[in-house]
Amino acid sequence: MPTPDTTLWEVFIRSRNGLAHKHVGSLHAADATMALQAARDVYTRRGEGLSVWVVPSNAITASDPADKGMMFEPAESKIYRHPTFYDVPDDVGHM
Amino acid sequence: MYTQALNITDKIRTAEDPADLARFQSRIDADDRIEPNDWMPAAYRRTLTRQISQHAHSEIVGQLPEGAWLTRAPSLRRKAALLAKVQDECGHGLYLYAAAETLGTSREALVDALLEGKAKYSSIFNYPTLTWADIGAVGWLVDGAAIMNQIPLCRCSYGPYARAMIRVCKEESFHQRQGYEIMLTLCAGTLEQKAMAQDALDRWWWPCLMMFGPPDGESQHSDQSTLWKIKRFSNDELRQKFVDATIPQAQKLGLTIPDPALVQDADGHWRYGAIDWEEFRQILAGNGPCNRERLATRRRSHEDGAWVREAAAAFAAKRAARQQAA
Repeated sequence: MPTPDTTLWEVFIRSRNGLAHKHVGSLHAADATMALQAARDVYTRRGEGLSVWVVPSNAITASDPADKGMMFEPAESKIYRHPTFYDVPDDVGHM
Repeated sequence: MYTQALNITDKIRTAEDPADLARFQSRIDADDRIEPNDWMPAAYRRTLTRQISQHAHSEIVGQLPEGAWLTRAPSLRRKAALLAKVQDECGHGLYLYAAAETLGTSREALVDALLEGKAKYSSIFNYPTLTWADIGAVGWLVDGAAIMNQIPLCRCSYGPYARAMIRVCKEESFHQRQGYEIMLTLCAGTLEQKAMAQDALDRWWWPCLMMFGPPDGESQHSDQSTLWKIKRFSNDELRQKFVDATIPQAQKLGLTIPDPALVQDADGHWRYGAIDWEEFRQILAGNGPCNRERLATRRRSHEDGAWVREAAAAFAAKRAARQQAA
């Protein structure tokens, strides 16, 4: 008999205060409590973190990489959002 | 701990749009990383699923030869270190399964393939650990060979695999150092202890050279993996690097490499004797000293854990039902 599936979770770790939680990988666990314990054992054996988030993978809505052209095009065409777009004389100094 | 060059690139080509294939290859050529939801050729997906899951199985089965010595470690320090190492191997297996799953095969299907004997794992773990010195030799040589192989995989074209390998490599150097320290201690001990270290080297040397897979002339399937930047060095290149790095370490220990043909050439490379590839083929065919025992142990462990998985699932279902009712 095939082994029944267990829920997949994504794991995020804050390595130190002042930094955001960062995705480190995923794991399987039956519930959130067990997912947190497993995340501690699998991803923080050498003091990698101060805080762990676990999120059911199916709760994440992701953009489709195939749509990235359309998705991010508005940012591509707006070069005036960057400071280098503006000409300021050198003698004004650092701005 | 290790992936072996057993991976056979699929010859079957499904009908794929040549424009998609060309775009994919140009991304690879530009050293762009491929991420799970990106378009990829079916053969790339299958090759990586097989390679990463074999690698994961190797980490998991790799716990067994060392686990056998946990209760017999000669001191509390050695025992704590070995326990931490075995836990790391388990962790490495889990990082790798997670990476393999991103290609669309479930964890359970991957594990079942191992338990049913359909999936391979590294040949090296089908050898027994007969003495405490073997624990030193495994850390020094097996992990040393694994590191040679794994460092280039940190730059593999598939993002999740490369990221898992970075974590693995960071942890792996402790493994090799703890093994070498065991060898150093034995070699500085009594004559019997030094003889035990030599015996372990004698038994592990050739199987470690086989870990890099068949010689380049015989493994035609590396070409596609090289083109896809899954593989960055050939089997023979990695094997040579390992030999060159290891011989001075053996000399430092005062041990003799069990290869009468070994000579250093003018460029400083060590030329080694002929490898017994028939032994390698026999191990891959399931006829090594421990093949049956390793698989039987994994199956027993999986079956013994079934009630835990069922209980956890039942508890989670009960809690979810209560939350819904409230």
